[in-house]
Amino acid sequence: MNAEAGALGVLDLQGGVQEHLDHLQRIGVPARTVKRAAELDGLAGLIIPGGESTCLSRLLRIFELDQAIRRAVDGGLKLWGTCAGAILLAAENRGEAPALGLIDIAISRNAFGSQLDSFNRQVRVPMVAEEPIPVTFIRAPKIVRAGAGVRVLLELDDYIAAAEDDRILVTVFHPELTPSLAFHRYFARKCGVRSDGTEAASRDPGWTPQSWMRFSHHA
Amino acid sequence: MAENRYLLNAQLAQMLKGGVIMDVVNVEQAQIAQEAGAVAVMALERVPADIRKQGGVARMSDPGLIKAIKEAVTIPVMAKARIGHFVEAQILQALKIDYIDESEVLTPADEECHIDKTQFAIPFVCGARNLGEAARRIAEGAAMIRTKGEAGTGDVVEAVRHMRTMNREIRQLANMPAEEVVGFAKTNGIPYELALEVKRLGRLPVVNFAAGGIATPADAALMMQLGCDGVFVGSGIFKSSDPVRRASAIVKAAAFYNDPEKLLEVSMDLGDPMSGISVASLTGENRLAGRGW
Repeated sequence: MNAEAGALGVLDLQGGVQEHLDHLQRIGVPARTVKRAAELDGLAGLIIPGGESTCLSRLLRIFELDQAIRRAVDGGLKLWGTCAGAILLAAENRGEAPALGLIDIAISRNAFGSQLDSFNRQVRVPMVAEEPIPVTFIRAPKIVRAGAGVRVLLELDDYIAAAEDDRILVTVFHPELTPSLAFHRYFARKCGVRSDGTEAASRDPGWTPQSWMRFSHHA
Repeated sequence: MAENRYLLNAQLAQMLKGGVIMDVVNVEQAQIAQEAGAVAVMALERVPADIRKQGGVARMSDPGLIKAIKEAVTIPVMAKARIGHFVEAQILQALKIDYIDESEVLTPADEECHIDKTQFAIPFVCGARNLGEAARRIAEGAAMIRTKGEAGTGDVVEAVRHMRTMNREIRQLANMPAEEVVGFAKTNGIPYELALEVKRLGRLPVVNFAAGGIATPADAALMMQLGCDGVFVGSGIFKSSDPVRRASAIVKAAAFYNDPEKLLEVSMDLGDPMSGISVASLTGENRLAGRGW
């Protein structure tokens, strides 16, 4: 591991990139965007953000980032996929060929309906935080099966909403769209990266829905 | 509309950032767009270039067509309602599409009022030529803005003008002493509270895409470098000679808008772009961007 091993990356092809950068800054973790294979070097973890999974999967393949990410995972890189990111990581994508296929789950895209069916709720995820965590589901997928090596972190109604194995975390919701920093701290821990603050203070009172804008490319 | 619903709607637009939204007129085009990596499709009966050519009154598309497109793709589906036509919007909400575009491309139904978008659970995107227009639409409940450009021309000049105008006005506001904000807000027709928010953020408080005249990967990257969050491509794809290649190239250009080497690579061998009409040759009511109040 080199000197930069404490850094996390956010895949920057399309989608909710700035929202993750904002959360990572709030927990005091060095972060940078990743557009090219070479930019994976030295990262401890990579977040694959929400966006449109078809768009992201095409861009990953065309620019050969998929192969580079697979190699980096073999070399110890940890991954976290939120929403579309989770779809890309699933070994089985109902209705379409898997993209990265790195975690043994089956996922069903856009499983709740249209935007009118998007919602917020509070959940308890004992592995991640003691207090309830607000989560946001936007045209979300459902994890419909988890393989033997996969730990289920959160099960709701008839689906799995968060799961992990030793290398990979998947959430079908968007912690980066809420004031909660709990999942970002959890992922940093998984990557062996130190974050500021404690689990007890996992909700950032300074966060607003526009906080991501400080990272927008023309700001 | 509940506050959390508005936020969810603004957040869906956030998930589209860096992406390309494509106009499609049938199921086959919608599938091509999705396969090429579009982040959403705009379902309509005629692309703006044909609306321009054929003339007549342009209305909301047949819901049967929109429904067929919705069933054929998994990416978000948008559709257009006429400016002020809140019943078209009610119908599109009942159809449960993902976003309504209250659009100047259709013939306006109301020459004074836009739709009161706060009365809807479904999100709206609206066009704007400047900061005042954008702010008024946001005040009415739009969860996303797009610069208008001049739809159906393949000429990017108006999209550039609108983006530059908006950027200039935001910079003016951001650098202005507090006591000048009331006057600036009054002159530009900006609701005061929104003027303060734009001043504080240094940008629009919602996602802002570029639209109207984007026809090449270079056009898409130009708009991204000028500061928009993503692009709409209307007639530019399916009025070109090779829509599959062009659609994919524009998606790649939006992702790598800042990388001239990649832009060079994706711009090669795309066939003919849409032929287009120069905006300068259009007069009076042939300029759609003037619609909206």
